[in-house]
Amino acid sequence: MPLMPVILWTDALVFLLVISAIGFGLYAARHEHLRAPWRRVARSRVGIGTLVVLSFYVLIGLLDTVHFRLPLADQTAGTETGAGTKFGPDVLSLFDAWAAPLRERQEKTYSAPFATHLFVKEAITQPDGSVIRDYPRLNYGGRHLKDPTQRGWDILRLTLRGLAEGLIVWGLIAAQVVWSTARGQGIGFMAARDVLLAGGTAFPWRTALGTLAVMLVLGFVAGELALRYHILGTDKVGEDVFFQALKSIRTGLVIGTLTTLVMLPAAILLGIMAGYFRGWVDDIIQYLYTTLNAIPGVLLIAAAILMLQVYMSNNADQFESLVERADLRLLFLCLILGVTSWTGLCRLLRGEALKLREADYVRASSALGVGHFAILGRHILPNVLHIVMITLVLDFSGLVLAEAVLSYVNIGVDPTMNSWGNMINSARLELARDPMVWWSLTAAFVFMFALVLAANLFADVVRDAFDPRLRGVR
Amino acid sequence: MIAYILRRLLYAVPILIGVNLLTFTLFFVLNSPDQMARMHLGEKRVTPEAITNWKQEHGYDKPLLFNEAASGLARVTDTIFFERSVRLFAFDFGSSDDGRDIGYDISQRMWPSLAIAVPVLLVGLALNISLALFIVFFRATYLDIGAVVLLVAMLSISGLFYIIGGQYLLSKVFHLVPISGYDTGVEAWKFLVLPVIVGVIGGVGSGVRWYRTLFLEEVSKDYVRTARAKGLTERRVLFRHVLGNALIPILTGVVVVLPLLFMGSLITESFFGIPGLGSYTIDAINNQDFAIVRAMVFLGAVLYILGLILTDISYTLVDPRVRLQ
Repeated sequence: MPLMPVILWTDALVFLLVISAIGFGLYAARHEHLRAPWRRVARSRVGIGTLVVLSFYVLIGLLDTVHFRLPLADQTAGTETGAGTKFGPDVLSLFDAWAAPLRERQEKTYSAPFATHLFVKEAITQPDGSVIRDYPRLNYGGRHLKDPTQRGWDILRLTLRGLAEGLIVWGLIAAQVVWSTARGQGIGFMAARDVLLAGGTAFPWRTALGTLAVMLVLGFVAGELALRYHILGTDKVGEDVFFQALKSIRTGLVIGTLTTLVMLPAAILLGIMAGYFRGWVDDIIQYLYTTLNAIPGVLLIAAAILMLQVYMSNNADQFESLVERADLRLLFLCLILGVTSWTGLCRLLRGEALKLREADYVRASSALGVGHFAILGRHILPNVLHIVMITLVLDFSGLVLAEAVLSYVNIGVDPTMNSWGNMINSARLELARDPMVWWSLTAAFVFMFALVLAANLFADVVRDAFDPRLRGVR
Repeated sequence: MIAYILRRLLYAVPILIGVNLLTFTLFFVLNSPDQMARMHLGEKRVTPEAITNWKQEHGYDKPLLFNEAASGLARVTDTIFFERSVRLFAFDFGSSDDGRDIGYDISQRMWPSLAIAVPVLLVGLALNISLALFIVFFRATYLDIGAVVLLVAMLSISGLFYIIGGQYLLSKVFHLVPISGYDTGVEAWKFLVLPVIVGVIGGVGSGVRWYRTLFLEEVSKDYVRTARAKGLTERRVLFRHVLGNALIPILTGVVVVLPLLFMGSLITESFFGIPGLGSYTIDAINNQDFAIVRAMVFLGAVLYILGLILTDISYTLVDPRVRLQ
């Protein structure tokens, strides 16, 4: 069955980011001054532990970035020319397809985590024709149970099954690692296992495998349970909250990474030019970023998003689908967040370039008649790359948090887009209900907290590895 | 000194002009007043007359930059740019879309904002400094490591959760204070307790961590070793020598944000229903009232520049090594 690939704007930029990350990895591998700090990161236990957690997020985010449209089931409808397959209007991602059971099993409205019954009472027609008001059974959650009181045992059974599956997969990976360690060090399998358990390897395998075990078990248990229940409940229109929280990962990652990416060229170019050339170039660039900095960030974002809304409501016909529209708004949000946040990096780079231009090797190449831009590209740029990298990593968690706040104020991502900010925003009314609907908020909290905490800890490791003196940058 | 301040003030003028041009472009050039009118009126009621009426009512019916119909100086002054943007320099904010005087609203609404922002700043500062000193006193022990992990965890939680959690605990479970609202005069205190507590706790994570690094930097310096070598107790070293010297970056960091306290906090105020400048801005954003947003952007820029100047001055006051010229 042919699929029609759809590449949204942010998808393209994410692919670009992945390609440049790979490219940079290859570049860094050949340069000792970049390789050494990364080696230090890889030797750090906190660094590796958080990296494992982050890679789970990244994996889901990437799966959710490959978009396509499915062919329509009914190909015959209205085809005279027979020119190719017809495609449905829905833009799906690999993740959507993979998590289809979660996406498709919609209830009527709210239901609590692991519930078998709806959260609100409804009029139910009994078999004998009488009508009572009670909580109806859910369409999907716990449907396989004949007797809902058996739920506890069923959950336990599924948990154990998920646990076993997770441990088996982990065991295979761990055995592979032990085996290759044994071969590398020329010792027996059991001896290698003892070395790993004692944490005796340069690469902290013990931490890596430990974190991996936790993540795999969590993943498999959640997977097993999510097929039978709504493990984080359902929201107002009956959508699975667990699914929403997983879908929000992409939004968070896109905001956290693309924002820095789109501002990088301008920040790097202007920053090192200001520091290197000084004089009027410096004056202009300083004026530029002081002016942008003077505008309160939230207000600039609000103003820009308001303008975008006006533009979109006046040019509604330019957008083919809701997804495209939401995607463009996300991209625009990244751009405008980038505009408000590039100044910090620019100032840092300017300061560094001011120092570097006095360095002996720069003065030597200048004396040898090397052109200004050649010096910038060959001597200044490679020597400020570590600052760029630290900023990229440090800014990430702040941007993820900023997304939540902005969406709360309605100037964030599109309301139709899955994001933690939107989940929190809708939770405001749910908390006022009695009894309280607490699961949307909890889900958003847990997923966001895990990501941001991991990113923060990882950022600290990266910063310390690259430049302990930059401790106070944040 | 005075010459320096004057020069800095003069330097602020081009920046404010830049801010002004930028907002003008954003609000009037990229989106014409016609489009604004259309959005405010809604899709159904859009007729050419309605648009003209709306523009006339709100004073957007003039040319953008240059009025050909007028004569003399009015060619420049009788335009949207002059009426809407140049007047901001005289702090004449004009009226909002629903006809209220923005300047008056700002002067009324800045007090509730200050009533929250100032206590948050002061209590937060005292709490953060004492916690940081406490952690530094136990540096390189398990207490230190545990505290740092806790701090990183605390700063990984979105501020929204602090607010929601605080409201839930103090108001819904223990019924100590009202969830939200505001009152005039002294009665306001019970509405202020919760936002202040939430604001202080929300800032502990990043604040204490930052101060801890500052203190640790000082602790490793030579004069501290000298102080210890001459037999001072650790407590005296920390409180007299380290605290005194670390106060310089702390104070200057505080001075930068002082003027911006007037702007209030968007999220806190809208959550707690405080009628300050923060909720004023949020309401304006939600009602798409561009006049207010523009006024607040300008005000924010002015206060930011004021903060920069104050920082430079405070450096010379607390650090005798710095001299302005």
